[in-house]
Amino acid sequence: MTASTLTPTPNFGARDPDARGYYGAFGGRFVPETLVAAVEALAAAYLEARSEPAFRDEYTRLLSDYVGRPTPLWEARRLGEAVGLRVFLKREDLNHTGAHKINNALGQALLAKRMGARRLIAETGAGQHGVASATAAALLGLECVVYMGTEDMARQALNVFRMRLLGADVRGVDSGSRTLKDAINEAMRDWVATVGHSYYLLGSALGPHPYPLMVREFQSVIGQEARAQVLAQVGRLPDAVVAAVGGGSNAMGIFDAFVADAGVRLIGVEAGGEAIERGRHAARFAGGAEGIFQGTRTWLLQDDDGNVLGTHSVSAGLDYAAVGPEHAWLREQGRTEYAYAHDAAALDGFATLARLEGIVPALESAHAVAHLATLGKDLGSEALVIVNVSGRGDKDVQTVAALPGGRS
Amino acid sequence: MSRIDETFARLRAEGRTGLVAYVTAGDPDLARSAEVVRAVDRGGADIIELGVPFSDPLADGPVIQRAAERALAAGTTLRGVLELAARVRGGVRAPLVLFTYANPIVRMGVTPFAKAAKASGIDGVLVLDVPPEEGAETYAAFDAEGLDTIFLLSPTTSVDRIRRAATLGRGFLYGISRLGVTGARADVADSAESLAARVRAETDRPLALGFGFSRPEHVRAAGAWADAAVVGSALVQVVADQADNPDLGGEVERYVRWLRS
Repeated sequence: MTASTLTPTPNFGARDPDARGYYGAFGGRFVPETLVAAVEALAAAYLEARSEPAFRDEYTRLLSDYVGRPTPLWEARRLGEAVGLRVFLKREDLNHTGAHKINNALGQALLAKRMGARRLIAETGAGQHGVASATAAALLGLECVVYMGTEDMARQALNVFRMRLLGADVRGVDSGSRTLKDAINEAMRDWVATVGHSYYLLGSALGPHPYPLMVREFQSVIGQEARAQVLAQVGRLPDAVVAAVGGGSNAMGIFDAFVADAGVRLIGVEAGGEAIERGRHAARFAGGAEGIFQGTRTWLLQDDDGNVLGTHSVSAGLDYAAVGPEHAWLREQGRTEYAYAHDAAALDGFATLARLEGIVPALESAHAVAHLATLGKDLGSEALVIVNVSGRGDKDVQTVAALPGGRS
Repeated sequence: MSRIDETFARLRAEGRTGLVAYVTAGDPDLARSAEVVRAVDRGGADIIELGVPFSDPLADGPVIQRAAERALAAGTTLRGVLELAARVRGGVRAPLVLFTYANPIVRMGVTPFAKAAKASGIDGVLVLDVPPEEGAETYAAFDAEGLDTIFLLSPTTSVDRIRRAATLGRGFLYGISRLGVTGARADVADSAESLAARVRAETDRPLALGFGFSRPEHVRAAGAWADAAVVGSALVQVVADQADNPDLGGEVERYVRWLRS
């Protein structure tokens, strides 16, 4: 393979929503009046930046020289034997800071700086986006405030410490379910008050336009690399690409390069939690309905009166009531499909990947691993599947160790 | 001419500053909320905004967040709020404006909602997270039922968008006098006057200024630049503080009357 095929090259401008940020009936900009001007200015600044070679060069330089891209595509032979598939792992866990989140955080932080912002606001669930934002802020000399639900702070204590070490101001959010959605509410409240000098660095492919587009494009490097790597290593496209879906950024990042490859199944795995019952899971496509939430029209878990339901997942990063609008649209087109993995299956996936491949994945990514057993029965051992290992599991070791039985 | 139009016409004829009073519907529960709405009317509010409690009120500060939590915990739903409106409508002089986030009405269906709201005696609707650009279907449904669509304007709203809101909106425009979420402040922001001046330069549509007002001098200050002042969080706090007082209605009425003094 030539070096150029492995130069990280994000996919900018290839699959834009309409000018108002709609993917079919999904997306849009459902924000309070004070933020309308801000999201309009953000969209204009982003579209301008992504077309400028200087901006793209600086971004791709950071991806290669700071993040350490490209990440490997690793054939997981022992795991493959166990699940009855040919499995390749896209190793986003090997990025600097330990997850795919840094791809987006650096891109947006560069944009923030270009727009003249002095202060980054971020929300975080599992803490990976918070760590990535704090890292980008440190690197670029910006202030950083991270909102995090207090329940998530308790279960992701290591990441709270990392963020503070990086100089971020981590603020606990004690409202609602004290998880990701509440952290996003609080981040938006901050942004409404500080819109003149703050930049809201949203961490997933959700929220008002242009966030779903921008986050997907900053994550698209994952799929660009994976597609080139699988062609170089195997000489053919995969039969399926599998990724965990919380808001949906790691999934959109890897799916993006394969959307036009009709023969490649694109499978998102949601958090099945304890059971697909009200309040006990976060599988939006299994138990949700269309609605408008946190700036976008999409699928979400809600009651009959339109209030957003509480969710549960062993994984803080998937514990979210809505899903990115582009996922809703691609699913409606029949281009993507969605499964879910229960907590117990995800914990099995976590242990399996550790023992068979020597890779401890994030509990989020473990949901994608967990789906392989099902897929193996479906596709057969000749089938080639790429799994996005979106992050590493160091942050989850304490959580898993504390579970009944210790899972060690 | 809608009931809201008539109210502002009367205020202008009398040269008086209007008072728009916001309460979270269903706080602390629907029965006491009905008492609160009647008391607000007796106290002399010119327009009453009924906030529909929502699970994720991302534009609201702590006072209204807590009120929404109490109302939801008491079982308040959008349907319940419409029933509350229908129950109080006959005995209340002020127009009723529903103040809501988008998802409850999307869940009910925009047209069924508009019909139900009209039937309940609601005069206008403000959907916090549906700006004019996103609201073609929503606001057409409101127009079709004769519900006034109320739009927000903020210090960040461009002149073009002020014009758009003035054209698409009905009843009055609600000017957010400062950046940030809802909540009472000690003073009136300088941005209130400049926002009012920018709106006045574009449209003659009635303007109510809000966000942060809690005292009669705030209402009077707003009156120098706008048709009316909105008092929200401060009133919601009175309801919270007096929720278990047998004279809840009396306390609310006295507060509203004081605001108009």
